[in-house]
Amino acid sequence: MRTLILKTASNYMLPLLLVFSVFILLRGHYLPGGGFVGGLIASIAFVLHAFANGLETTKELIRIHPGFLMPTGLGLAFVSGIGPLFTDKPFMTGLWFPELPPPLSVLGNIGTALFFDIGVYFVVLGVTLTIIFSISEST
Amino acid sequence: MTEQLLLYPLLLQMFLAIVLMFSWSRISWQKGISIIGSFLNLGVAVWLFSHVWENGTQTIQAGNWAPPFGITFVADSLSATLVLLTSIAGVAVSSFSSASVIPSRLKFGYFPIFHFLLLGLNGAFLTGDIFNLYVWFEIIIITSFVLLTIGGEKAQLEGAMKYFTLNILASVIFLTAIAVLYGLTGSLNMADLAGKVAAVENRTLIQVNALLFLIGFGIKSAVFPLYFWLPASYHTPPSAVSSIFGGLLTKVGVYALLRVFTLIFELDTFLQNVLLTIAVLTLFSGAIGALVQNNIRKMFSYLVICHIGYMIAGLGMMTEVAIAGAIFYLIHDILVKTNLFMVTGVIYKLKATNSMKKLGGLYADQPLLSLLFAIPLFSLVGIPPLSGFWPKLSLIGAGFETGNYVLIGAILFASFLTLFVVVRFWAEVFWKNGEKVEKIRNFPYFNKLRNYKKFQIIGPIVFLSIITLYVGFGAENIQALATRISYELMNSEGYIDAVFSNARIMEK
Repeated sequence: MRTLILKTASNYMLPLLLVFSVFILLRGHYLPGGGFVGGLIASIAFVLHAFANGLETTKELIRIHPGFLMPTGLGLAFVSGIGPLFTDKPFMTGLWFPELPPPLSVLGNIGTALFFDIGVYFVVLGVTLTIIFSISEST
Repeated sequence: MTEQLLLYPLLLQMFLAIVLMFSWSRISWQKGISIIGSFLNLGVAVWLFSHVWENGTQTIQAGNWAPPFGITFVADSLSATLVLLTSIAGVAVSSFSSASVIPSRLKFGYFPIFHFLLLGLNGAFLTGDIFNLYVWFEIIIITSFVLLTIGGEKAQLEGAMKYFTLNILASVIFLTAIAVLYGLTGSLNMADLAGKVAAVENRTLIQVNALLFLIGFGIKSAVFPLYFWLPASYHTPPSAVSSIFGGLLTKVGVYALLRVFTLIFELDTFLQNVLLTIAVLTLFSGAIGALVQNNIRKMFSYLVICHIGYMIAGLGMMTEVAIAGAIFYLIHDILVKTNLFMVTGVIYKLKATNSMKKLGGLYADQPLLSLLFAIPLFSLVGIPPLSGFWPKLSLIGAGFETGNYVLIGAILFASFLTLFVVVRFWAEVFWKNGEKVEKIRNFPYFNKLRNYKKFQIIGPIVFLSIITLYVGFGAENIQALATRISYELMNSEGYIDAVFSNARIMEK
């Protein structure tokens, strides 16, 4: 079912939802949010786009196979986990960088935990998109 | 470097799985990475084992949070031994699967999932936090479910449904038990729980809780009333998968039972009787189940159940000798069962059938291979001086000490039935003149394989057989190890001290 309203709306919704998902991701360290929810919201953005414009258009938009995001995200989380090992601290210890200057301070504290969360974001995005794409391809 | 040594097996498996996921569509790369990585992991596991052997229990606090708040990883002798055995089995099965599993199965991510499974196993052995143990169990279930169903044959799906339903049930019971325990004590760290559980006044609730753990782990280790999922599922996937399942999956349940009932809960007479009854019934039902099977893989599945009974018996008697016997049996069983399922895989590759009635004449066709297969088979029976003999000696000795004559009877009965089953297997498959089995076209027969593939299939069996022979002939070393583990389990103060005092929180 292709409706003009949904199609037009989805073109505006895609960037909005993606920005929102990044907001949720960054918010997640002390407040509700985080990589998992952020990844889900980002995948909703793409799924909505796929509903409105067809799967092929969305695939062209993403360019890479979503399955590729899974090992990327896992790798990022893995690196952020083993990072502290090089400073003689146990696995997964949170390392924090000094606070950023004003224009960037909107990101909040930057540390290994954030990179772990970004990894989760990519894994969730990759898994959800792979599942939904393969289901809609097979029907 | 060595301070965090006990995390390296986990990190290496995780790293391997990620690299393998990146080379998703390049099967030949995956085979190479998996085999080389497994050898690396074996090296790390040997390093960890020798480090623990010399320096005692190692601990690390993930995230630098002090115990009991953070997640502790603990490597005592038992964990280090099991990680070592896992990596030995990992090397063998990795090589075996790269030659024996067909490409259409491999291309759905067989190797990444396989390494995630090994990650889960290592994690379960190394963690010192009961909720973290649950998480590793989940990883094991999910990966094993994928490995069971890869290929999507009808029989596989049917087996996987039974496997998944009962294992999820076990996980739910386990999770409930953790929740109750947390509600009673407010802690999840196993070393911390050891003291707190003893101080809880409501003993009835603690007993019910202990039973919940027993049921949860009991389903996972396939003991008497709850083993039906095992023979229903283990014969369906490729034999490489069954060998890692048969060798290691049920043993995780046994490990968890050993850990929980020596560290957290004290076994009272009631629980001891429950465990002993379960052991006797498991020995009986597994052995009798094996007796009536015609499918050789189903037969070995029942023997897996039967021999879990020995370990539960050792735990149930709860003396140092008995636990040492159970540990020795665990070591022997992991090696032999992994090997035997690979042997059934080779037999299937030779004859294209698993039916004992149709098989035959293997000794005439392949005398050298048959002699090789004899090593794990007769080690399983425990003909002295092969490896299965020594732990039974300890178990029977402990049985006389504690006066459990019914149990001794059951152990002897199960041993004789195992002997009978294996001898019948030998006579039917190797000595009998088999029927003419029709040749299937396009079937990857063993003789048609290239030489390096033959080596990849036979090499692991030789490797595990040599280690099995060492366990048999060098039994005094293994007995010394088992005695040390048993001493550590019975005197858990060492474990608790290691978690709380050695756990230096590194200065920021």
